[in-house]
Parts: sequence; C-alpha cells; structure tokens
Amino acid sequence: MDRGKPDALVVRDALGVGVAVGLSGFAFGVTSAGSGLTLLQTCALSLLVFTGASQFALVGALAAGGSPLTAAAGAFFLGVRNAFYGLRLSQLLRLTRAVRPFAAQWVIDETAAVALAQPTRRGARIGFAVTGLSLYVLWNLTTLLGALGAEAMGDTNAWGLDAAGPAVFLALLAPMLKSATERAVAGLAVVLGLGLLPVLPAGVPVLVAALAAPVVLWARGRREGAVREGER
Amino acid sequence: MSTWIAIGVTALGCYGVKLIGLLVPAGVLERPLVRRLAALLPVALLAALTAQQTFGNGHELVLDARVAGVAAAAVALVLRAPFLVVVAAAVVVTAGVRALGG
Repeated sequence: MDRGKPDALVVRDALGVGVAVGLSGFAFGVTSAGSGLTLLQTCALSLLVFTGASQFALVGALAAGGSPLTAAAGAFFLGVRNAFYGLRLSQLLRLTRAVRPFAAQWVIDETAAVALAQPTRRGARIGFAVTGLSLYVLWNLTTLLGALGAEAMGDTNAWGLDAAGPAVFLALLAPMLKSATERAVAGLAVVLGLGLLPVLPAGVPVLVAALAAPVVLWARGRREGAVREGER
Repeated sequence: MSTWIAIGVTALGCYGVKLIGLLVPAGVLERPLVRRLAALLPVALLAALTAQQTFGNGHELVLDARVAGVAAAAVALVLRAPFLVVVAAAVVVTAGVRALGG
C-alpha cells in the first residue's frame, strides 16, 4: 500500500514554504506603511485579507490615488482564484462543516500548492494545516515589523522597497505562464494596463486589463471553431 | 476613513470567495469555461500590476531604478531562485541603482 510521504517530510516541506513566504510579509508591511496606511490598517489587512497579491494590489492602488471601491475591486478580483483552490481542497481535505469557516482564511496559493502536492489525504491535511499556521503567524508578525521598520527607515523608496510589490507579482505570475494562451493574456494585459494608465482614473486600468482573459479566451474559441469548420 | 472602507470591502470579499470555494458542491464551478477563465484572470491582473508598478508614476510612465530591480527579479526567477531571493534581488538592485544616482 502506498502510504505517501512520512509525516515529518510533509511538515518540513510545509514549513519551508510557510517560513519563506511568511518572511516576505516584511516587504508588505514596509510597502503598506510607505504607501501611507497606518500601522493598524496595515496589520488589519494581513490579519483579515491574508492573500498577499490582493494586499499589495490594494495598497498600491490606494497610494496611486485610486478610489476605495476601485482599489478594493482590483484586490477582490485577484482573490477570486482562491475560490477555485477551495473547490479542489474541499474534495481533498473533506473538512467538516464546522471547521470550514475557520479553514477558509488559509485557502491561498501556498497552502493549496503544498496540500495538492500530497498523495494522501492525511498528507494533504498536515500540509494544509502546517503551511497555513506557519504562514499566517509569520506573515502577520513580519507585517507588523515591516510597518514599524518603515517608520524608522523614513523614505522607503530610497531602500528600493517600491520594487518589492512588482517583484512579488512577477514571482506569482511566472509559474502561470505555461502556454501561449497565458502569455497572450499577459501580453495584452500589460498593453492595456500601461496604455490606459495615463487616461483613466487610478485603479481602473487594471480592471480593464482583466478583460484580456475573456478576450483571449473568446478569440481562441473562435479560431478553434474556424479550424473545426475548415476540417469538415 | 475611505482607506478603512477599502480594507473592509476587500477583507469581506476575499474571505467570501475563499469560503465559497469550500462550501459549494463540486460541479457548480467546474464547467471548463469557468475554470479556464478563473485560471486566466490572475494572469491578466498580475501582468498588468507588474507592468504598472514597474513603469507607472501616478498617471505617467517613467523609466527609473525600479526597472533594473524588476529585471533582476526576472533573472532570479529564470534561475529558479526561492521567492524571498527574488523579492530581495529587486529591492537590493533598485536601492543600488538609486544610490548610484539612477
């Protein structure tokens, strides 16, 4: 019988991800404080939102002068992917109804990646719990330290910390660019995001750039439809 | 105050979508088109955000030290560096270029 990996190995892998990504909460804390959010607001974001890309997107949009709802919309659309991780995880983990509202806050890129990589349910549950706990605790702790540190640093841009946000986005994006479709979506989104930046209110160009996804999907569907017609 | 509204809406929305994934029966969101769209949406958003936060300055597009930093992050990614190293490379190179007057 395949018993999967020993528990200790799953814990080690989970801690590796949890600690590495958890420490980058420091970059978020600094970026958020540098964007003008208070200590309390910065910590509230990490405690309550707890999905890094959305947090970076929100503070970036607010710093750029976006309206609160436009900024929140961009952050929300980035968080939608977590619903699909939840779908996969709920089948894999088989959580009881009472546990689900608590487990939900930990449904993010990293916990899903670790849990879905385990061959057994026991491994997936350990991987999810250990990654979720270590990441949640560290991410919030380093957010606090980063926000406090930003006050001591003064001009955070002089330390190059305004490059942390785009680097985080790029690191999340890179593994998603698997096929020509993903690259076409990314390319069109960059053109829309940069091209509309000078003309639309802050935060809106990103929302328009999101349309690259359905547009490319529709164009591909049409092309494949045309190929099928041609084969007949 | 408006910042708190943004935080509240984002927190509720992001928690809501996480919970929906765990609660809805499998099959509801499992249509191929919905799945494809959900996978491509973050690609579009992350690409646009990366570009804007690299080149954007308010409503202007500029070339400054961030470009070198993000390029360093890209190199680190190609070399399969860990997440933390990728972010650190961007920060250190950006700070370095600024210190040199870039």
